[in-house]
Amino acid sequence: MKTDVLIIGAGGAGLMAAIAAKEEGADVLVLTKEYPTRSQTCMAQGGMNAALGNAGEDSVEDHVQNTLKSAHGAADEEAIRFMCSEAPNAIEYLNSIGVCFSRTKDGKIAQRRLGGASAPRACYAQDYTGLKILHTLYDRCNALGIQFISDSFLLDLLQDENGSACGAKILDLRSGETKTYIAKSVILASGGYSRIYDKYSTNSKASSGDGIAAALRIGADVKDMEFVQFHPTGLKNSSILISESARGEGGYLLNSKGERFTNELAPRDEVSRAIDAEIKKGEEVFLDIRHLGEAFIDEGLPQERKLAKLYENVDPVHDLIPIKPVAHYTMGGVAVDNQSQTNIDGLFACGECANHNVHGANRLGGNSLLEIVVFGREAGRNAAKRAQNIEQLSVPVNCECFLEQEFSNTVDFYKYKEKLGNLLYNKVGIVRKRSELEDAQQEIEMIKSLLPQMGWSDPSSVYNTNKQEFLEFRNILQVSEMVVKSALSRTESCGAHYMEAE
Amino acid sequence: MKITVKRDDAFEIYELEDGEYTLLEALNTIKHDIDNTLSFSSGCRSSVCGSCAMRVNEKEVLACSYKVQDGDRIEPLNNMPVIRDLVVNMDKSYEMNVKAKAWINSFNNEAVLDHEAEKINEVQSDCILCGSCYSSCPVYAVNGEFLGPFSLTRVWKYVSDKREGDAKEKIDTIQTNGVWDCTLCNNCTVVCPQNISSKADIEKLRVRSSMFGYTDPNFGNFGGGFDSGFGFDGSPSF
Repeated sequence: MKTDVLIIGAGGAGLMAAIAAKEEGADVLVLTKEYPTRSQTCMAQGGMNAALGNAGEDSVEDHVQNTLKSAHGAADEEAIRFMCSEAPNAIEYLNSIGVCFSRTKDGKIAQRRLGGASAPRACYAQDYTGLKILHTLYDRCNALGIQFISDSFLLDLLQDENGSACGAKILDLRSGETKTYIAKSVILASGGYSRIYDKYSTNSKASSGDGIAAALRIGADVKDMEFVQFHPTGLKNSSILISESARGEGGYLLNSKGERFTNELAPRDEVSRAIDAEIKKGEEVFLDIRHLGEAFIDEGLPQERKLAKLYENVDPVHDLIPIKPVAHYTMGGVAVDNQSQTNIDGLFACGECANHNVHGANRLGGNSLLEIVVFGREAGRNAAKRAQNIEQLSVPVNCECFLEQEFSNTVDFYKYKEKLGNLLYNKVGIVRKRSELEDAQQEIEMIKSLLPQMGWSDPSSVYNTNKQEFLEFRNILQVSEMVVKSALSRTESCGAHYMEAE
Repeated sequence: MKITVKRDDAFEIYELEDGEYTLLEALNTIKHDIDNTLSFSSGCRSSVCGSCAMRVNEKEVLACSYKVQDGDRIEPLNNMPVIRDLVVNMDKSYEMNVKAKAWINSFNNEAVLDHEAEKINEVQSDCILCGSCYSSCPVYAVNGEFLGPFSLTRVWKYVSDKREGDAKEKIDTIQTNGVWDCTLCNNCTVVCPQNISSKADIEKLRVRSSMFGYTDPNFGNFGGGFDSGFGFDGSPSF
C-alpha cells in the first residue's frame, strides 16, 4: 500500500501529525497496533500548559523559565521558547475542534497549578484531559477522512538505496501476514518506553518502545535515554497511578510509623527519592488522604478512590493507601531537529518517542500534552512538505526479517520480561550506582544472548498476541540496552538520572 | 477458583488461585503461566482506554475493573465479528462515528461556553469507545447499519455544543438508521462503564430532530403500517 505520509502510532502526537499533514494536502495513512484512541494519551489527567493568564497573572516567559528550570539544563531554550509561545494557539485550536475544557464562570478556559509552575497554567478537562483531547483529535481525523489501519504491529522501518526512510514493514495481527507500506515521508509517533520497567510502570502495556527500537535498527540517533521520570505515587501492588492532585489537594506521605518524611509538593524526582530511601530502610510508604473527608474525595478524587479499592482493597476515606514510585514518563527518544526530522532522511518523529529537547532531565507536569499538539503538528506539516517535493515513491531495499530467524522456544520470555523489569527497577531506577549499572549491562547482554532460545509457542497466525509480546520483548531489550548505555555515559547526577557514590 | 473462557471452538475451564483480583489479572496469569495461546486485548488497566471490554455472565464489563469470581463465564463482545477468542473486530462500530459525522462541522466563533454549558456534554465526552453499548444493543444485533449508541452519544455531544454552528447537518444525517430506530430498551445505559446513557442522548436527539421538522417515521405508519395482524377496523385479517 502506498501513501504520501505514513504515520506510525495513533496517540495524540500521531493524530495531530495526521491532521496537519492532511491539511497540508498530503495523502495520509495511520497505522496503529491497537485502535486509535487507546494510546497512552488517554491516561493523561492533569492538564495541558499554556500561559493564558485566565486564573492569575502568567506569561510565556514564565512558562519558558519554569520549563528550563525543571529540565536541569539538559534542554534547548529555543525549542522550549517555540513550544511555549505556540501553546496559546494550540489551546485555541483544540477549542475550535470541540475539546471540552473545564470553564470558569465567565466562559474562559479554567486553569490550575501543577508542580513546578509559577502560575495556574494547566488547561484541563476534569481529570480526563488526555482522553478528551485524544478523542476530539480522532473526531477531527474522521472529519478529514483520514484512513486508519488498526492491529498493525511495526516490525521494521524501510529504507531505499540512499538510506532514506520510505515505509514500514508491518505484522497484520488479524491475519498474521507481513505487509509493506511505502511512503514519501514516515512519521514515528509510537510513544514512550516506560514498560521496559514491566510491572513497575504506570503505563499501558503498549508502551514498549517499538518505534524507538525500529528506529535504532536503521541507525537513527537517540538522545537522553537515561532520563526516566518516576512518579512518586503508583499503587504498591499494581503500579496504577494515583494522581499528583491527591498530594496537590493536601494528601500526606507517611512511613510505617505514621511519620511524614518529606515535602509532598517538591518536584517528582525529589519526592520519589525520599520515598525510595524510606523503602530501602525497610519502611512501607503510604499516601494519606483520610483527613480530606469523604465528600471532598468523592467530588475531587473519585477515580483515585475507585482504583485504590479495586487494586489495593483499601478505601482511602478510612485507610492509608500503600504506594511506591514507578516509571511514568520517558524524556529520552529519537533525536530530532527543529523540523522534527531525525538523522535518517525522510523519517520524522514526534510525541513521547521523540526528543525535541524540551523536557531535558525532568518533564514539567502539563508539558507532555502540549508537546504532542505543538510538535505533532510540526512533524505533520514538515513531512507533508517533504512528500510534496518528491515525485516518485522509492523502492525499499530488502531488510533482514527477524521473524524468519530460528527460535527454539526452550526459554520462557515472559519470565525474562519480568526479570528484566525487576533488574531495571533495582539497578537503573530512582537512585543509580555505577557498579549496578554495569551489572545491569551484563545481565542485559546475557538475556539478549538467550533470544534465539526464546520465541512463541502459539502456532496460530490469527491474532497471535504471544508472538506480538515476544516481538515487544525484543524491542524492550533493545531499548533497555540503550537506557543503560546512556546512563553509564552520564557520570554526574542530572534530574531524573540520580547517581550515588559507591 | 474456576472460570470458563469462550475460545474459538469451545468453552475452556481454567483453574486459578483463590483471591481478590481483577479479571484482567486473571487473564494475564492464564496467558503467561497456563496457556500462551489465549487471546484478548488490554491496555491501560485503569478503565480509560476501552481495550478490555468483554462479557462476564452475559453482561458487558471492562476486565480491568471487574473482580473475577468463582464460576464466571467469560465471552467476547456480541454483535461484532470475533477475530479470535476474546478479541473482536470493532472497525464497523468505529466507522459509525464517521457515518454519523460526529465532529464539529462549522465552528461558531462567538459561542461563549461557561461553567454551566460545560456540564451539558461533560458525561458524553467521557466515552472511551469500549463498544460495550454496541454489544448489548438489540437493534444493532439485527440491523448492522444502525448508527448505534456510542456514535449517537457523540453526535449529541456535538449537537449540544454551543460551538457547533451547523447542528442541522448532523440532525439530517441521523434520520436514517439513527435516532428513530432505537427501541429505548436502555441496555446501553446499564452496561456503560462510564455511566453514559446513550438512550437518553437519543431521546434528546429526537426532540432536536422534531425542532428541525422531522417526525417519528414509525408514528407516521400507524393505521396501515403493520404488515399483518389486524385490519383497518381492528378485526383480524389473515
